[in-house]
Amino acid sequence: MAPTPPKKKSRADENVPEAADLIKYYRDMLLIRRFEEKAGQMYGMGLIGGFCHLYIGQEAVVVGMQSTITPKDAVITSYRDHGHMLACGMEPGGVMAELTGRIGGYSKGKGGSMHMFSKEKNFYGGHGIVGAQVPLGTGIAFASKYRGETNVSLTYMGDGAVNQGQVYESFNMAQLWKLPVIFIIENNRYGMGTAIERASSTTDFYHRGAAHGIPGEAVDGMNVLSVRAAGLRAVEHARTKGPYILEMQTYRYRGHSMSDPAKYRQKEEVEKMRTQHDPIDSHAKFLLDGGFADEAALKAIDREVKDIATKAAEFAQNSPEPPVSELYTDVLVEAR
Amino acid sequence: MPINVLMPALSPTMTEGKIARWLKAEGDAVKSGQVLCEIETDKATMEVEAVDEGTLARILVPGGTEGVKVNAVIAVIAAEGESVSASAAAPAAAAVVAAAAAPAAPAIVASAAAPAADEPDMGETKTMTVREALRDGMAEEMRRDENVYLMGEEVAEYQGAYKVSQGLLQEFGARRVVDTPITEQGFAGLAVGAGFMGLRPIVEFMTWNFSMQAIDQIINSAAKTLYMSGGQMGCPIVFRGPNGAASRVAAQHSQCYASWYAHCPGLKVVSPWSAADHKGLIKAAIRDPNPVLILENEILYGTSGAVPVSADYVVPIGKAKIVRAGKDVTITAFSIMVGKALQAAEELAKIGIDAEVIDLRSIRPLDIDTIVASVKKTNRLVSCEEGWPFAGIGSELGMLMMEQCFDWLDAPVKRVHGLDIPLPYAANLEKLALPQADHIVSAAKAVLYKN
Ligand SMILES: Cc1ncc(C[n+]2csc(CCOP(=O)(O)OP(=O)(O)O)c2C)c(N)n1
Ligand SMILES: [Mg+2]
Repeated sequence: MAPTPPKKKSRADENVPEAADLIKYYRDMLLIRRFEEKAGQMYGMGLIGGFCHLYIGQEAVVVGMQSTITPKDAVITSYRDHGHMLACGMEPGGVMAELTGRIGGYSKGKGGSMHMFSKEKNFYGGHGIVGAQVPLGTGIAFASKYRGETNVSLTYMGDGAVNQGQVYESFNMAQLWKLPVIFIIENNRYGMGTAIERASSTTDFYHRGAAHGIPGEAVDGMNVLSVRAAGLRAVEHARTKGPYILEMQTYRYRGHSMSDPAKYRQKEEVEKMRTQHDPIDSHAKFLLDGGFADEAALKAIDREVKDIATKAAEFAQNSPEPPVSELYTDVLVEAR
Repeated sequence: MPINVLMPALSPTMTEGKIARWLKAEGDAVKSGQVLCEIETDKATMEVEAVDEGTLARILVPGGTEGVKVNAVIAVIAAEGESVSASAAAPAAAAVVAAAAAPAAPAIVASAAAPAADEPDMGETKTMTVREALRDGMAEEMRRDENVYLMGEEVAEYQGAYKVSQGLLQEFGARRVVDTPITEQGFAGLAVGAGFMGLRPIVEFMTWNFSMQAIDQIINSAAKTLYMSGGQMGCPIVFRGPNGAASRVAAQHSQCYASWYAHCPGLKVVSPWSAADHKGLIKAAIRDPNPVLILENEILYGTSGAVPVSADYVVPIGKAKIVRAGKDVTITAFSIMVGKALQAAEELAKIGIDAEVIDLRSIRPLDIDTIVASVKKTNRLVSCEEGWPFAGIGSELGMLMMEQCFDWLDAPVKRVHGLDIPLPYAANLEKLALPQADHIVSAAKAVLYKN
């Protein structure tokens, strides 16, 4: 399934990342991991409230996909959104401050973990209703095509969300109108406490567009380079021909949200993914084996991203709560 | 520097919990990701993983301790090469344990009111949580009628996202307790279809917020078919789940649907407060030949009260309950707002105002007689709800007063409600946006011109 990773950079093929890029993927994945660990810790301390869904284990998906698009392309996802935002280049401090509900957060503290946006970074949320982001992402692609642009919309959803009816309404319209959208199904094997086999009549999710003629492929979502390779094909197709489906086979290590005891799966299953398929560890090994980086360099990266996560947490705790005047702002804009 | 391990918050509503057991002992090496201990919340037993590395130097709160406050120091981890002396250790366990007798939430017991004539006899009772009362109500009706079945997301193997259906899969099996995919419009419609065929589905929405995916099936199919078929076929169905705000779950997960659904002819809508009414009304809803919606509340799930043990205890739909008799002002409320209204009534009593509190219990049909009779006595009305004001339940009650109590009113009706905004996530703003007992006190004083 996973194509063998490129051995050494080759200038001839621009799709093969340079050493610096390969190291950047490592850094970006590790930043998400450390950020999420910090967020989990802050939730435990009562600094983050409500629902908080961590992305730990799935980092290769967003980092790999982000490497295939330009800043003009759009990203939209569900409530499990922290990794997507960091991958889009949003400020860790601003994301964390939203988690703590402070004015320095991306939504001024009014949206929280599940509802965050950055127009500047073309990140369109952050949606709490399972499946709702799929028509929205399709609409973003519609606007791109309407304006004669080729910007694509990366529209993420979970393996649970993929059963919602509006997903198929979106598939149909996307293919009917040849919209530049890539539907990325993050198959982490569970929708809350329900394993895919118990919720879906068929679990080859990349086939789900077949009835609409949308091509799809299954991708090793625990390998950042496999994600990237598939992402490049999908983006190319979407810019010129229309929608594409990528089923990212991945795994979440933590519970569904902070309050999920995750009793529905075996500890061994989680342990096996962590020890044998971890996207960050395996990429580290790839970097070391290929001579792209040494232990010291990777350690330095770990220190750097840990420091970013710590600073984000400090910012998120020191940023004040939103002023009371924010209660009534942003309900509607003034008509002109 | 040694690192303090703090009692973690493990759910949006958790303030304290029990340390079930330690999996690591003092002196053990710990790595990030390893399980330190197990903690019991009101909903589940959760594992606490270490985030820091080092040696577990001290366990400050032993396994088996209950009522440990969130953020209390429960252990100390020493980094490599560090030692933690006993004196440096954080406060003794006792100090972090919550006062043993923390009152259950509906601490204010409804007593003063004389039971209404048609209020069913409670008989022998047992103290249980709202969560258990709902479960028992469903279980009894499932035993009574083979056509009753439960379906929804995570209702079976997970035992309910909020643990309301605990044990039902074990008793009734997977034919009658059905886990669905996350496809609300699909399974709501499917259940309505099954209802046409004489089954009596109970459809759980993980929360009512997600019913908006299915609202077309609820209104267009469930509510209207009896009428459109000229009475040939209707739909005996229950839709239920937690409604309204929980804690910090923000705008998309915090709506009150009372006025949305109560607007629609062809539906019945109930929203109980006490544990007994949760049992009595869910049983009535299941036996009712019409679509009945039960708007529950996540925060109430863990609260307890006396619940009749009899399998024949059914509370009639459409009857309000006077939960506190009084003569100066009528306060109406439903669901979680009843507790706040009773709290407000206690405050008002301190300043010599004798409030009558009515638990509406049923929103549609509304118990107009009870409300009107009360206002004819007190001449003043304060309506409370968590939802938005515009076209809310308070608006309806205001109109009812115009139509039926105009000559008896001594002050304009006041309504207490959530602010007219999507619910903000920030802790300070959320608190301001939701109606509190203080608001009810102010409103009651205002209708008595006592400000
Ligand atoms: C319409 C709707 N129904 C139910 C929920 C509650 N809910 C939140 S996440 C979730 C599971 C989704 O699983 P999946 O799509 O696989 O995404 P993952 O959480 O695994 O990333 C459920 C049932 C919701 N938010 N919205
Ligand atoms: Mg999933």
